[in-house]
Amino acid sequence: MKVRALVPLFAFLALVALLGYGLTRDPKEIPSPLIGKAAPQFDLPAVLNSEQKVSSNNFLGKVTIFNVWASWCSACRDEHPILVEFAKQHKTPIYGLNYKDTRSEAIRWLQVFGNPYIASAYDVSGNTGIDWGVYGVPETFITDKKGIIRFKQIGPVTEQIVTSKILPLIQKLENE
Amino acid sequence: MKSLHKIIFATLLSFICFNAIAAINIYQFDDPGKKERFYNLIDELRCTVCQNQTIAASNAGLAKDLRNKTYKMIQAGKTDDEIKQFMVERFTDFVLYKPPVNNNTLLLWIGPAILMMIAFVFLIINIRNRTTATTDNINEQEHERVQALLNQEKDKNND
Repeated sequence: MKVRALVPLFAFLALVALLGYGLTRDPKEIPSPLIGKAAPQFDLPAVLNSEQKVSSNNFLGKVTIFNVWASWCSACRDEHPILVEFAKQHKTPIYGLNYKDTRSEAIRWLQVFGNPYIASAYDVSGNTGIDWGVYGVPETFITDKKGIIRFKQIGPVTEQIVTSKILPLIQKLENE
Repeated sequence: MKSLHKIIFATLLSFICFNAIAAINIYQFDDPGKKERFYNLIDELRCTVCQNQTIAASNAGLAKDLRNKTYKMIQAGKTDDEIKQFMVERFTDFVLYKPPVNNNTLLLWIGPAILMMIAFVFLIINIRNRTTATTDNINEQEHERVQALLNQEKDKNND
């Protein structure tokens, strides 16, 4: 009889545990279906020079970081110094996708905050963004030497993410 | 004063509706069938930025882009399934307001049925216990005691 009286309590605790687990997960974070797949193709003019092209073929043959940014995105401003610092310290090339921005604003942004990118593709229509499944800027991808997407970070890259996730992954991919 | 608040509130509300309609009405279709498919589709696709809205209801930049994309794909003669496939490849099943049945969503689909069944089993057990409890036999000793108590009561009343 005593054990039976405790059943509702256990049921309640199980529910608390389940809902508590739910709280630890970020509903905004949609797992990317693109991980393990080839980088979606694009061929766009560069932000700084509209004559120059930036293409997904640029990623082939080396481990590459691909960062989606925009001058209108305030979280990009938080993450930007980390990318600038990263570019100074590491050889891994960083390409940018300037997402739904205006060229003049984007150029000014790079002049003011620094330019960690080898080049930034100018995606004014957002179509390349859609192909890459971008739904919130900033987003950061890492592609391996074969141009396969291996990692996606939704939201700003922090120093902690660089040391705990990005650097170990790059190390691993370099050795593949 | 209260009615003034109501009027202001209603006016503001009407602005919201107006904007949402205005955002969608820019799409022109040569064929009413396509138009219907378009409105059905954008009502089934979730805006991934503002997760509790469809791309039809949302004014977010991405929702607008996805509406444009849907429109262009319909005009290009793509089927509904091809368009949904396109979205799922980029944003996972999450973009579908009605997710397909697969390992990830199985619990979502059959969970309520399982809960109903558990509740039903408990109900049956409970009812059975109740009926057996009323017909529970009391042993000889208890019977005597009950009888004694009843007799006592009778004697008291007779007094």
